[in-house]
This record gives sequence, structure tokens and C-alpha cells, in this order.
Amino acid sequence: MPAGPPGAPGTQPTLAGHVHHLRRAIVDVAERADAVVGVGARRLHRAWRQSLQLRVVSTTVLLASLVVGLLGAYLYNEVSQGLVEQKITSSQYEARNLTREAQDRWDSSASRTVGELNIVAGDIMQGLKPSDPAPTRYVVMARSVDNTSPTVLGTIESGSVGLSAIRAELKAAVAAHPKQQQTQVSEVIIGGERVPAVMIGSQVQASSAGPYDLYFIYPLQAEQATMVFIQNAFLVAGLILAVLVGAVAWVVTRQVVTPVRRAAAVAQRLSSGKLNERMASHGEDDLARLATSFNEMADSLQTQIRQLEGLSRVQQRFVSDVSHELRTPLTTIRMAVDLIHSERGAFEPSVARSAELLQGELDRFESLLADLLEISRFDAGAAALDVESVDLRTTLTKVVEAARPLAERRQCEVHLDLPSRPCEAEADERRVERILRNLVVNAIEHSEGRPVLATVRCDADAVAVVVEDHGVGLRAGEASMVFNRFWRADPARARTTGGTGLGLAIALEDARLHNGWLQAWGRPGAGARFRLSLPRRTGASLVRSPLPLDPDEDDA
Amino acid sequence: MKGRVLVVDDDLALAEMLGIVLRNEGLEVTHVAEGNSAVAAFRDSRPDLVLLDVMLPGIDGLEVCRRIRAESGVPIVMLTAKTDTVDVVVGLESGADDYVVKPFKPQELIARVRARLRRGDEPEPERLTIGDLTIDVAGHSVKRAGQPLNLTPLEFDLLVALARKPWQVFTREVLLEQVWGYRHAGDTRLVNVHVQRLRSKVETDPERPEIVVTVRGVGYKAGPA
Repeated sequence: MPAGPPGAPGTQPTLAGHVHHLRRAIVDVAERADAVVGVGARRLHRAWRQSLQLRVVSTTVLLASLVVGLLGAYLYNEVSQGLVEQKITSSQYEARNLTREAQDRWDSSASRTVGELNIVAGDIMQGLKPSDPAPTRYVVMARSVDNTSPTVLGTIESGSVGLSAIRAELKAAVAAHPKQQQTQVSEVIIGGERVPAVMIGSQVQASSAGPYDLYFIYPLQAEQATMVFIQNAFLVAGLILAVLVGAVAWVVTRQVVTPVRRAAAVAQRLSSGKLNERMASHGEDDLARLATSFNEMADSLQTQIRQLEGLSRVQQRFVSDVSHELRTPLTTIRMAVDLIHSERGAFEPSVARSAELLQGELDRFESLLADLLEISRFDAGAAALDVESVDLRTTLTKVVEAARPLAERRQCEVHLDLPSRPCEAEADERRVERILRNLVVNAIEHSEGRPVLATVRCDADAVAVVVEDHGVGLRAGEASMVFNRFWRADPARARTTGGTGLGLAIALEDARLHNGWLQAWGRPGAGARFRLSLPRRTGASLVRSPLPLDPDEDDA
Repeated sequence: MKGRVLVVDDDLALAEMLGIVLRNEGLEVTHVAEGNSAVAAFRDSRPDLVLLDVMLPGIDGLEVCRRIRAESGVPIVMLTAKTDTVDVVVGLESGADDYVVKPFKPQELIARVRARLRRGDEPEPERLTIGDLTIDVAGHSVKRAGQPLNLTPLEFDLLVALARKPWQVFTREVLLEQVWGYRHAGDTRLVNVHVQRLRSKVETDPERPEIVVTVRGVGYKAGPA
């Protein structure tokens, strides 16, 4: 413990050291806590983010500890200062009385010789010495610094603490102001322990021996023991208080957090489709209101979802009905028209031509109806995947072979670029075939006689097919519009192709159903590229495609 | 082409048109308009093939199909307006051999009908073994340890096609061509469903087939002879 300020008269000591110790201890605890946090930092961080309760409780405990710590430190400081001041006052009072008593005895003594004087001094000191075995004060009599008398008496010390404990400042102060009592708080060593002590010095006239300093040393042993006791009591009380506050915070937040957690669990179950889940609501407090409004929200959601489901069912049913109702008469018409068409040689030329037109338009009507029904099936959410392992090379080859007659009519060569190893993906082959047929037929129809190239590639996660032609190509902005329903590249251009205008829209829906991509790229005069990318496993999502969409790019 | 066809369809115009087209091909056509009388009409006319609309008043087409299948292996071709997998598979599982989707072209229908009737040509006497089964091709019978197994003609054809070349793996497309008579791409679900039906009859444990084995990613082959 550092010494108090040097012995100016009436110096006020502080026990700042105690507070410092306390602070030091807190910092130690904090550092140790830091280390623990460092070890389990990630887990703790996660718990911290996830648990509102943990956050509230630890914040409360932390704030409570801080407040208790500050309050404890302040109180401790006040108490220690009070104790020391009281000790100083009582010591000064006692020392003054004892000093006066000693002076009186010196004055009444008539001894002259050194031996006699020494005996008198010994008597006086015996009177000043406390009688109890554990001394509450130590007394030292020593020749003053400014004593010029030829008679020199020995220094007398009442106990183990002697002149060596008295600091030079105090001696100087006593010498400077011999009529005044001087006080200093300093440290002494008692039984190997450093103990703060109040030291009071004043001068007595030892008859013919001249002025002698009389020092009273009051160790603060009892006060220090009290302070240690108080410090321990404060620490224990603070700890208990912090734990109590933490427990209270835990209980209180639990009351709030539990219903919130229950609400979260119920919301989770709701969102996973269990629409009948509700929260229990008791009483009329805020939490009950939360539960009530939550349940109201769930009710309204449930109603809306039911309505939408109903609508979707109605829509699907409607599509199915329309499909059936339209298809049956159309079959009759189809067969009748084919019969008439096959007999057209026996008709007049105009009737025969009419039969041809009738058949051609009926084909168009049929494919339009089929595409419309397919699109409405997607819109109604009724389309489902029928997944199996599909080798895209096989599917593409099949599609290209089927398109050969069309390619020959258009005088267009179709080239295949296939890897040697299988490119398998979990997919609905019927849909993939439909997408590829669409891309290949489109490419042939827009090829303007230039070759069409179809490429398959795969990597660990995805398979891709690129079909490219070198026809008129696409203008800027058209690449995304080609998938729009009934979109035509050039409305002014006569319809020469037999497409329904829904082919690419259906292909896009088919690709989306697989979590896949269907993208177009084109440049006027340079032709167009269409890329289908599919994840190799159902449910997986695509990150990149094994083939680039833009031919100038190396990577997708 | 000769034979009797029973047309079960509630749409009179379509039924009449079907009658015209089939008669042009030299077939005898009987028509019944509702499901309730379909089975009775089937027993009366003993047709070589049934053309059956799925949607019928009274008993629906699937139930008619099940009832006819319960008492006969006669080829049944379904007429359906639905192309969803579930509808097709349910139709096939009720016992239909093949199906055509409305609207169909007359040639398409005739090709399907012809493929199912063609098996009237007498095959040469031939005896095949596959696993613990003995197949008498001319006699249209399959026996396990002397006990005959009751297969429909289509299932029999499927089994014979596989058993004739036990070393070969058949893709679904090849089977569609050989057994169903599809020149161009057909619906591979036909093969899947009928292999399941065939297995349920010929396998000792249909969960672990030994007669008709799946070759993953390719198709099917006959098990070790």
C-alpha cells in the first residue's frame, strides 16, 4: 500500500489504495472472462444472437454489477475516510493529553544528572506506554533535531515500532513548529506486515536535557481489519445482488420470452403448412393480445390460403373440363376432316382446296389448343415433374433425328457436338424433350439455310444444352422477350412458321419446373443462341452453367 | 384387317365417326354409350379389341376397364383427354394396354388398333425358359412348375420379347416398338406400368424382381435363364 501524502500538517489521508485493489480485482475478473469468451467465442456469439433472454439477463447483470460496484466503491471510500479521520482525531486528542502529562512530569522533576534524567525519562515513558499486551499505540522519545544541550538522553521506544518508522518530514515539521502537534499518516511494519499508521509528533522540554520529540504511533490495524471485513461484505453482497438481479431478469424475461418463443414456434409450424396451429391465449395482458392478434392473423391467412387453394382447384378443374369438353368434338372433327381430305381427289378443285385448308388450319388449331392447355396447367400450378435419370445426349439426338425431315425441307444442316461421356441429370424426360424440340425446331426455322449447331456439356452440378443458329438473330432487348407468350420477332413480317407463339413460353416454364435456366442470346445478323441449363439433382439450384450463353465469353 | 371392335363412348358423334373410320378398315364395330351396359355388351359381342373412353356416364371408364380385365385379357385401348402423368398411369394401371389422347388422327388410332390386333398371326411353335418360367409361345401359356400363370396377351408379348433375347438389354423405346408397335416415339410410361403389372404376376417377390430386371438408366432385360 502506498504511503499517504508526505507529512504536511493535518494531512488528509485517503485509502485510495483499497479502491485500487478492488478495481484491479474487477479488471482481473474481466480479463479472465475475456479469455473464456475467446475460447467459446463463436458458440457464445451464436447464443448471444439467438437468445433474447441471454442478452437481457447478461445486460442486466452487467449493469447491476457496474452500479453495485460503483456504489460499493463510493461507500467503501466514505467509510474508510471516516474511519481514518476519526482515528486521527481521537489519536490527536489522546496524544495531546499524554504529551501534556509528560511535560507536567518533566516540569515537576528536579533531577539534574544524566543518569537521573534517564531514569525520569524511563518512568515517564512507562506511564505513556499502553498497558494492554497488543499495543494500540507506540511511543518514541528522541532528542530533537535542534537540541543543543550537552546532556544527551537515550532514545526510548515503547515497543517494536520505533524511531526508524518516523519519517524525516515529520521530524523536520516538529522541529520547525515545536509548539504544535504534527500528524502524518504513513506505514509501519508490524509483525512483518505493512500497516498504515497515524503518527503524531510534538516537543517536550526534558528539564536540563533540552527539547525532546515525543512521537505517538497509532497503527490502523483494527481499522484495516474492519475495512477488509467491509470489503468482503460488500463483495459478497454485490455478488448476491448481481445474481439476484440476474435471476429476477431471467424470471421476468422468461415471462415475456416464453410466449414470444411459443409464437415463433407456432408461426414456424404455420409457415410449414399446418394452418390449424394457434397460440393459447389467457388473460388480457399484452401477451394475451399478442396471442389474440397472432391467431387473428393466422385465421385470416388460413381463410385466404383456403380461398386461393379453392380458386386454384377451380382453375385446374376448369382446365381439365375445358380440355375434355373441347377435345372430344375436336376428335370427331379431326377424323371427319381427315376422311374428307383423303377423298379430296374426287372433289371439284375449289372444294378439294377447301378440304386442304381445313385440315391445315385444324392442325394449327389443335396445337394451339394443346399449348394453351399446357400453359394454363402451369398457371394453375398443376404441372408436376416425373423425374428419372436422363442422358441429355440421348434426348438431344432423338430430338434432332425427329427434326431431320423439317431440316431437309429448310435445307439446313444440323450438327451435334456431344461429349463422349454421359451427361445425366435427374429430370422429366418428356418435358426436357419438349424444351429441346422447341429450341431445335425454332433454330431450324430461323436458320435461313445456314447450319444449326447443338452442343451438350456437363460438369459436376449441372448439364447444359446450347442450340445456335446463324440466321437473322435477335435485336437488343429481344433476348428476354422471346419467352413472352405470343411474342413475334417482327409483327410486320408474314407468318411463315407454324409455331403457336407459346412454344418458348412453355419451354421456359418447363425449365423453371426443373429449377433450371432457359436463356436466349442474339445479335442482329449473327444468329441466336438458346441455352438450357439444368441441375443434375432435383431440388438443387444452379450456380453456373457448363456452357457460355454469349459465344464471345469463355465462361458462363 | 379383320376383327370385332367394341366402342364404349358416350359422345355419339365421335362414336359414329369412329365406326365409320374403323369400318373403312374392314373391322366390325359394336357401340355402347354408357359404362353400366359396357360389360354386358362386352360379354355379348366377344370383341377382339375394346376402345374405351375414360369419361363415361354411370360407371367410369377405369372401372369398366377393371371389370373387363377381370374376366378377359382382351386388348383395351383407352381414349383419354388427359395427359397428366397421374391420369395416364391410373388408366394404364386399371388394365389398359395402350391409350390414345384426344384429339387423335385417324391413322394414329388405326395404327394402335392394328398393333393390338396383329398378334392374330400364328407364331411358330417355340418354347422359351426364363428363370423358373417355361413359355410356350404358340400355345400362349406361361408356367411355373407346371402351374399356368394368367397373363394378358400384351403382358405375354412383353415377356416373350424379353425372353427371346435374354442377353440383350431392351430400352423402353425398343420395347415400345416391338411390343406396342410404335414406329415413332411413344410414351415410355406404358412400358413402366406394364412391367410393374407383369412383375406382379410372374415374380415370386415383385419387390426384388428376378425375371424382369431393371438396368438402371437403360431399360429392362430378362433375368438369368
